[in-house]
Amino acid sequence: MLKVNVYVTLKKEILDAQGLVIRKAIKQIGYENVNEVRFGKFIQLEIDDKNKSEEEIKKEIDYLSDKLLSNPNIENYRFEMVGK
Amino acid sequence: MSFDKKPYFGILVFPGTNCETDCFHVLKNILGARCKYVWHKESQVEDINAIVIPGGFSYGDYLRSGAVAKFSPIMSFVRKFASKGGLVIGICNGFQILLEESLLPGAMLRNNTLKFICRYSHLKVTDTDNPFTSGYKSGEIIRMPIRHNEGNYYIDDNGLLEIKENNQVILKYCDSSGKEDASSNPNGSIENIAGICNKKRNIFGLMPHPEACCEKILGSDDGKTIFESMVNNII
Repeated sequence: MLKVNVYVTLKKEILDAQGLVIRKAIKQIGYENVNEVRFGKFIQLEIDDKNKSEEEIKKEIDYLSDKLLSNPNIENYRFEMVGK
Repeated sequence: MSFDKKPYFGILVFPGTNCETDCFHVLKNILGARCKYVWHKESQVEDINAIVIPGGFSYGDYLRSGAVAKFSPIMSFVRKFASKGGLVIGICNGFQILLEESLLPGAMLRNNTLKFICRYSHLKVTDTDNPFTSGYKSGEIIRMPIRHNEGNYYIDDNGLLEIKENNQVILKYCDSSGKEDASSNPNGSIENIAGICNKKRNIFGLMPHPEACCEKILGSDDGKTIFESMVNNII
């Protein structure tokens, strides 16, 4: 079994309203040194497929991330294989 | 295909859609059009003249609004129908589905207030040269209810330039005097945009709910003109 972590965040140029609220809260509890907070999504997938190579599975994750897990108009994604 | 004289609307229903009966009521009982519900698992619809994608929370909006609905079998029919010039209107969640499906340009972000909005808003009809708002006067100020959490319309600079050049911006949030600024912008939408169409002008998406304001007894019948315009442009 393969475990994959997918991270989805808003593109840099897009105002991140949730990130701004979190940053405000962090400052309010005294951590003035935190300048920027970007809020995003973390999606973990577990894949069980002995017939496919890691490369093929990576291609599938890439497709899923682009078509479903993120919206390329507003979001970036990256993913990492975290273990078998 | 054979058509009766009255225009025939297909109203799409996904799991979580909740404005379909309002649309049905307006089209059938107020405008006298024919209509039927179309379950999202269907892949072919015969004889319809227009498609309505109503509001609601398709698939619970759990991932992103409209993101899962775009994979429903009915959406390939919508693509085909639209490519042949068929009229498609997406209201609220229906607009979000059209954006996710890339049938309209741009995307929806969470409201910049981070709050669900449910109230009336004034809107300016900025374009009437299309089958959806041809019954309004250009620049007319109307009132419609809005109710959404992700209605903050975003499009990149080039996309914005393009939709403006092609007069694809159809509705804008404003105040009662028609002023479009930050104070009359309920959700942070870029340039107060509330509704746009595609380049071919046969696909229209809007966040306000015209189906919820088609009778005076409900507080406003300003939304009726949208469905009337569609009916008149079909005949």
